[in-house]
Amino acid sequence: MLSPEREPASPISSRNSSFDWSKVVLNVALPFAGVAAALVLGAVMLLLLGANPLAAFSAIISGAFGSTFGLTQTLVKATPLLLVGAGICIAFRANVINIGGEGQIIVGALAATWFPLSFASAPGWLLLPSTLIVGFLAGSIWGFIPGILKARLHVNEILSTIMMNAIAQQFMNFLLQGPLMDPAGVAQGTFLAQSAQLPHQVWLPRLVPRTLLHAGAIVAVVMAVLVYFFLWRTTIGYDIRAVGLNPEAARYSGIRVPRYQALSLTLAGGFAGLAGAIEVMGVQHRLMDGLTSGYGFTGIVAALLGGLHPLGLIPASVLFGALLVGADKMQRAVQVPSSLVMALLGLIVLFVSSASIWSRRWSARRKIAEQRDRKEVES
Amino acid sequence: MKGLISLDVISGIIHTMIGLATPFLYAAIGETFAQSSGVVNLGVDGIMLLSAFAAFYVSLVSGSLALGLLAAAVVGLLMGLLMSLVSVTLKAEQGVSGIGLYMFGLGMSSLLFKVLIGTVKTIDGFKPLPIPFLSDIPVVGKMLFRTNILVYCAFLLVPLAWWVLNKTTLGLKIKAVGQAPAAADSLGISVNGIRYLSVCIGSVLAGIAGASLSISLLNLFQDNLTAGQGFIAVALVYFGGWSPVGVLGGALLFSIVNSFQLWMQVLGAKIPSNIAVMLPYLLTIVALTISVNRARQPAALNKPFERGES
Amino acid sequence: MRLRRAFIAFLLAVGLVGAAVAAPFRIAVVMPSATTDMAFSQSMWSALMIIQKEMGGPSALEIKYTDNMYNVPDAAAAIRDYASQGFDIVIAHGSQYGSSVQEIATDFPQTTFAWGTDVNTFGLPNVYAYTAAAEQGGFVNGVLAAKLTKSRKIGVTGPVEVGDAKTYIDGFVQGVMSVNKGITVSKTWTGSFSDVALMTAAAKTHIANGADVLTGSSQSVVGSIGAAQDNGHVMWFGTQADQASLAPNLVVCSQVYDWTGMLREIIAQHKAGVLGGKTYVLTLENKGLKMAFNPSYRLPGFAKAAAERAIKGIVDGSIKVQP
Repeated sequence: MLSPEREPASPISSRNSSFDWSKVVLNVALPFAGVAAALVLGAVMLLLLGANPLAAFSAIISGAFGSTFGLTQTLVKATPLLLVGAGICIAFRANVINIGGEGQIIVGALAATWFPLSFASAPGWLLLPSTLIVGFLAGSIWGFIPGILKARLHVNEILSTIMMNAIAQQFMNFLLQGPLMDPAGVAQGTFLAQSAQLPHQVWLPRLVPRTLLHAGAIVAVVMAVLVYFFLWRTTIGYDIRAVGLNPEAARYSGIRVPRYQALSLTLAGGFAGLAGAIEVMGVQHRLMDGLTSGYGFTGIVAALLGGLHPLGLIPASVLFGALLVGADKMQRAVQVPSSLVMALLGLIVLFVSSASIWSRRWSARRKIAEQRDRKEVES
Repeated sequence: MKGLISLDVISGIIHTMIGLATPFLYAAIGETFAQSSGVVNLGVDGIMLLSAFAAFYVSLVSGSLALGLLAAAVVGLLMGLLMSLVSVTLKAEQGVSGIGLYMFGLGMSSLLFKVLIGTVKTIDGFKPLPIPFLSDIPVVGKMLFRTNILVYCAFLLVPLAWWVLNKTTLGLKIKAVGQAPAAADSLGISVNGIRYLSVCIGSVLAGIAGASLSISLLNLFQDNLTAGQGFIAVALVYFGGWSPVGVLGGALLFSIVNSFQLWMQVLGAKIPSNIAVMLPYLLTIVALTISVNRARQPAALNKPFERGES
Repeated sequence: MRLRRAFIAFLLAVGLVGAAVAAPFRIAVVMPSATTDMAFSQSMWSALMIIQKEMGGPSALEIKYTDNMYNVPDAAAAIRDYASQGFDIVIAHGSQYGSSVQEIATDFPQTTFAWGTDVNTFGLPNVYAYTAAAEQGGFVNGVLAAKLTKSRKIGVTGPVEVGDAKTYIDGFVQGVMSVNKGITVSKTWTGSFSDVALMTAAAKTHIANGADVLTGSSQSVVGSIGAAQDNGHVMWFGTQADQASLAPNLVVCSQVYDWTGMLREIIAQHKAGVLGGKTYVLTLENKGLKMAFNPSYRLPGFAKAAAERAIKGIVDGSIKVQP
């Protein structure tokens, strides 16, 4: 039902075709143009609020890139976006839309909290990687359920993932009020909805002192590269993309479409779960409500910005992370209500997703021109 | 818990269900129009939020609930035009542009609330309007016929939408555009025109859904008033198999389970409240899983129309 | 030459005085919800506004805010940013910000950090912690509710049973039971902080079940307002902020968190060079907790007397309320 890859190239020819620089330039320039157009509207809103748009926009840039802390914070925000987005890429390539990122992040984080707290005496070299794996597995279960419901019983994944998000949220509430609630909070009578602190050996090492930047950022980049190899260099990946490009054709060529769609949802869930685990292990060191921060949705946006390509996603999530960090800084600098940031992000998404029409038109013209050239050569 | 089967409790459950189902009905039937024409509008929640604010603000300032309702419809229409422009004319990926619309509506409604009103306030919304004779029937009358005009209209919308979609030329055109846009185009139907219209019908109804919260059922506005009800409404369209009657079934099921779990909590059932709150979400999936009748989705759902393409 | 030196000294003096006058005291606050939430965030925001007025307006006290910081890393960035901008006091108004405050406070030893609600200052000399003994006002509200209910059924609504929502309600139930053990208190939790529709349905369900008194965490006041439109004979007891203005004919009494006393002390301490190291607990005794009786609600004398006895008992220690 989704046709993410509207460019004409078939999987086989795209593998062999030479690198198309002009297309890359266009794909980079258009999102920027979209962001710029949205910011112009944002400037009008800022003026109406009595704030200086120039001061606001320079705060966005200085907030995201102007200091070591801003830069690292950008990367901290980019990490979950990259992981969730990598999963979204797989799902989109198989023609399924995963709205369930929020719930998958939550269960990944839940598992990555419960597991090390239960095995707190295990050594770090064992506990840390196995916690990451447990987070991935928990998320993939949360993706597998809508996947198998779609494959076997034709239950639409938009319906099931929306419902699964709510179920995950309530499940977390339940655990944070009882089994996982911080015993210290119970003892002090504060009863806060948070877990105990994770054992130190599963804390992801900080890459820059006095910042939140943690080794999870590296994990995310490695995962994005792995997803690229998976999608473009393995048979399963090839089949997934064939399902997405043309489900009918894939069915005729003997590919079991439902199975691959279920698989892609499972993997998408896994990556979102990993994002949740890494947020807990790298940033907060304990489970608290509000940890998803909308990454399940903004990850979809980042994936689109990155052209639904795992490698394009790396710069795209950094840029989107910068935007989130910069916009918060803007709020602090010119003291406008923080909801302006959300409205602005919505506009940016609308503009950027609209701008992709010119990229498609351009490729379509390219295709026609190539066909004409080919005909001339043949005749 | 043992009191759960008394007449009072059952009528209480149904009364609460009707209130809870109202915004879902408007929003999900609206979304049925949009999706029948081939456009998934994931931004319903954002439209509901901005319209709920508009209805509340205009009612508060002007003192007229009718003007408030009109404002909600106008805001819904404008948001619908924006969504159509982005997803029909500019052919943006619908899932993503819908999320953009949602974020915009969420942020904008909260921003305007803070700037124009500043703090939580209440207004006198639509008053209950007992229907003569019907409201005097014992039990049933109190349960069904003593509520306000927006609630009655939500339920009247179901047969109306069914009639429009199945018995009128417009409805047939909408479905044709959603099933086989190329064929519809060759018959001289303006595919994009019909899609604009359907998305706008849907968005105006989403706007009224928002108004039903802020000036009829809850009579106040605050940040994120809908709390994701627009997303549930989208899910109910899939549940209902793109038919207004199916959507009604889904909205009633979801709402009655919700109202049932509240009663269980009030009567002191020994299950954790979080598990009770999960029930409507869980049962919606389960109900769809075991139901035999699963309609096929409109063939061109989520596909922008390009003349000359397949 | 001497004249010139005197002149320079004069200029310096003027400059110093001018600087002292021009440079305001600076406070930044980071909050999890909106400043307009009629609850936790607004209670701090209103207190800051009062203090600003007392000190002589924005020229004497500069206040910057960041609200809706539900996500902790975002809040941490805001806290660190305000600290690095040289604010005198940074208030991290959310119990979830604890670990962030602990980390950042060690990097900015010249800045005062105040955070709550919690009791832990992490042993740092520049951190204040603050919390509210919500169970105390809960007890008083409970006594009032028990005196006023005719149906002997009381409904409690709220999003999630954690934090001061839990301690408030635990205190409330103790208050009700201290008057009459035969009263039923039933609770509903909706699992969402923003789902007003479900909160309203919950309140309606309590009323349909015969409850004539409702209370709960401060967010759920909006639900009972919606429910009371159908049925006007219901009473609401509020907490955190004075909610009487929201529903004058509904609210009987609110427990109000008054942070102004604490803020005054923290500012004075900071000026005197003491940057932290103390935990503030708002109680009825230190007047940080106030019972705001709604003036437009006609409270019977016997009920008010019982409430005042309860307040007195808690203050002098003859009544013990468990959190």
